[in-house]
Amino acid sequence: MSSVADRDLRISKLTKEFATFTAVKSLDLVVPQGSFFALLGPSGCGKTTTLRMVAGLDTPTSGSIHLGDLDVTYEKPYRRPVNTVFQNYALFPHLDIYENVAFGLRRRRSPEVARQVDEMLALVELTSQARKKPPQLSGGQQQRVALARALINRPEVLLLDEPLGALDLKLRRSMQLEIKRIQTEVGLTFVHVTHDQEEAMTMADTIAVMNAGVIEQMGSPTELYENPATTFVANFLGQSNLIAGKIIGREGDVVKVQMEGTVVSIPADRAHADHGDGWVGIRPEKVLIAPAGQPIDAPGNHMTGAYVTDVSFVGVSTQYLVRMPWGQELMAFEQNTGVRGIIPVGTAVDVSWRPEFAFLLDASQDVNAGIEEA
Amino acid sequence: MAVQAPEAAPPPRAPAVRPRRKLTGYWLILPGALWLGLFFVVPFYSLLATSLYDPNGSVLGGYDMTYHFANFVDAIKDYWEPLLRSLGYAGIATLICLVLGYLLAYAIAFKGGRWRTLLLVLVIAPFFTSFLLRTLSWKLILADDGFVVDALQSVHILGADDRLLATPVAVIAGLTYNFLPFMVLPLYASLEKIDGRLIEAAGDLYASPVRAFFKVTWPLSLPGVVAGTLLTFIPAAGDYVNAQLLGNPNTRMAGNVIQDLFTKTSDYAAAGALSVILMLIIVGMVMAYVRTAGTEDLV
Amino acid sequence: MSGFGRIKRWIGDHLVMALGLLVLVYMFVPIAVVILMSFNDNSKSRNLYAFQNFTWNNWTGMCKPDGMCAAVGKSAEIGLLATIVATILGTLAAFAMVRHDFKGKSASNVIIFLPMASPEIVMGSSLLALFLSVGFSLGFWTIFIAHVMFCLSFVVVTVKARLTGLDSNLEQAAMDLYATESQTFWRVTFPLVLPGILGAALLSFSLSFDDFIITNLNAGQTTTFPMFVYGAAQRGVPMQVNVIGTIMFLISIAIVLGGEVNNRRKARALAA
Repeated sequence: MSSVADRDLRISKLTKEFATFTAVKSLDLVVPQGSFFALLGPSGCGKTTTLRMVAGLDTPTSGSIHLGDLDVTYEKPYRRPVNTVFQNYALFPHLDIYENVAFGLRRRRSPEVARQVDEMLALVELTSQARKKPPQLSGGQQQRVALARALINRPEVLLLDEPLGALDLKLRRSMQLEIKRIQTEVGLTFVHVTHDQEEAMTMADTIAVMNAGVIEQMGSPTELYENPATTFVANFLGQSNLIAGKIIGREGDVVKVQMEGTVVSIPADRAHADHGDGWVGIRPEKVLIAPAGQPIDAPGNHMTGAYVTDVSFVGVSTQYLVRMPWGQELMAFEQNTGVRGIIPVGTAVDVSWRPEFAFLLDASQDVNAGIEEA
Repeated sequence: MAVQAPEAAPPPRAPAVRPRRKLTGYWLILPGALWLGLFFVVPFYSLLATSLYDPNGSVLGGYDMTYHFANFVDAIKDYWEPLLRSLGYAGIATLICLVLGYLLAYAIAFKGGRWRTLLLVLVIAPFFTSFLLRTLSWKLILADDGFVVDALQSVHILGADDRLLATPVAVIAGLTYNFLPFMVLPLYASLEKIDGRLIEAAGDLYASPVRAFFKVTWPLSLPGVVAGTLLTFIPAAGDYVNAQLLGNPNTRMAGNVIQDLFTKTSDYAAAGALSVILMLIIVGMVMAYVRTAGTEDLV
Repeated sequence: MSGFGRIKRWIGDHLVMALGLLVLVYMFVPIAVVILMSFNDNSKSRNLYAFQNFTWNNWTGMCKPDGMCAAVGKSAEIGLLATIVATILGTLAAFAMVRHDFKGKSASNVIIFLPMASPEIVMGSSLLALFLSVGFSLGFWTIFIAHVMFCLSFVVVTVKARLTGLDSNLEQAAMDLYATESQTFWRVTFPLVLPGILGAALLSFSLSFDDFIITNLNAGQTTTFPMFVYGAAQRGVPMQVNVIGTIMFLISIAIVLGGEVNNRRKARALAA
């Protein structure tokens, strides 16, 4: 069942119960070796608890954690080849940067500490700061020290717990790219916990969206965004229009849905429900609008009788709120390509979208799941 | 990529590692708790026992345990005056400390700026110079031919023959002085936590700074007021050094009597009874006070 | 705004600070007297309470008064010993209180708090009652026992505060970086709590060195410096006690200022 090269992180049936609630419910997860994996979810979803169990800082109630063949479920944190970049860095304030970075090596009596530390400091561009104490560094520098301190141990898995949460937006963007670069360079498995969907999408190859202790959906950023399987994912990752409909049934490659007087078709691989009621989902940038009667570049149904209730110009795009004949307001984002001017509030418009962009979700799910948390 | 070789040890199973050693806490607290138990709690029992000894015993002949509750009645009968004086002097000193301490703590907390730490250090600094020497200094400052008396006489607050030394005023002044730091520190601790913007907002809403103070600052500083008054009142009520050095035989406090009964007249039974009474009164007052002030989290 | 309003405002802004500073000055008046009197030559006068002539003699002949320097030595000896024991026991107890759960924790909390809330005279007399009833002879060791007792609570409270403020993430980070439990303690926890422990020790020493009421009741034939001063106050205080007082003050100021300078230096380094 295993080869030497198999160093995947395997989590199975992992559960963590606290006195009053269950933080993680029977979680199954495989993180392939060398991947950049993101655990994405709102605060309190259990993602940090999962991370802490992998690090050995929390003990699971049940389930197991394997690194390749090695069962580390109950292993002490200092006996597992896993290192963590803590949320607020947790740099040792009484040690200078050099000693912070050397800490793990020294504990393991590793040879050539000096050479390794120098190399690592060079990698994160902090050579000149080696003899300063952590509080003397800026937030971004501290972040890099935390990264260096963990990376230098060449762990099989590097855990990052909201590592960029304390940085301002601009710095965060550049650190995202920086961490991604370092990950590619060193080729270690990174498990990144975050509540920032943009951050997860920018950095990770694979994202697992967590909610209330379970994984809602897992996949590449595009998969998750383009084809969300639950209302939570649809709302938490970007924004979605969800319209109530009655599922008529499958016809060939598509599922037909009766939606407010119109029958819409949804590709079968994007339909996550096949009978009863359903939510028809469409991302705002996929919704096309045009003043009533003018052509729309979409082969699907044209819905008429809508009008614009709100317009916000945000530079690269214009965001419209469109009231549909059945009273629901849909969001429609349009790139400012300059082909057409902004449609003013009150204008009667037609609405359409390409059928292949729509998705179908189970109506038993809360239509607002994931909106507040995002 | 060179990957760290996994540890050779087989993965331990859950029960072997999981439970934290619950006994560690006991071992850590044991020596300290034992010390306090033996030399703080047990002595109270001894004191209680002593207070019930036969008052006719002596150091040489030994004391008999006779459960002589009349010791308490006798102690109150004989020493109600010093007891009341202790409470009265301590009460007045505490009030003055509250006013002075509040001023100082408020100034440091809200006007101290970058000098805060230094000012705070200056509050504590006198505390490190012998308590007795500082009290003796007051003897000198308040002396009959000292400048304070001269000044007060020249503005006719004091008559030509009036004095300060060996009066209740001197004793209270000494108590006030000695226990002021105990008032300032807790007051500062709670004032410092108040968000300055709250007071600005209050100034905005209540207009008058005085009203803003009583509506916002004062209520928010109450925990510090309670802690400070207790930390001042308790040692002041038990003190006898100030009464001894700055007072006269008519300003004797309960502490002086207990001290004398133990060390001079060797009347241990009466001394024990008076100590217990003093402790009970203080504990009673503190509990009543804390209950009214509604602050439970003093510990 | 009128000029009058401005003046009112200025007074309002500065009055509190001025009054506060006055209170602070008041706190230092007796110390100024102690320092002044350490240079007082009262050999020609009976009046012990007035400055007569300037002299260095009190400083050069510091140990002239019979038994004074011996008393200072005794106080220092007891202070050091009591500080070491109280600091160790108190630190252990503080770790127990913050880091461990055990039955009787809240009871322990109360017992630790009570000595700070009891009048010294009651603590002193109850200890005396105990020593008398078990026939323990009074002296050096009874003073030592008493001092450890009342210093202990202050140590626990001080170290507890420091320990509570310690970010537990730091210890977890150490464990994550291959430090075993004991390495984590000695390399991370202990160095970070150390300033609190040192502060507690300093406080203990000064409490012990300065204590009079409890000591006097339990001293037997042993004389500490406060007892010497008290005894001398009945007869006439030798001016040399003021030298000791001045030295104590200077040492405490030096320690405190040293700490402050260190902090400022750190702050400047931070700003740089």
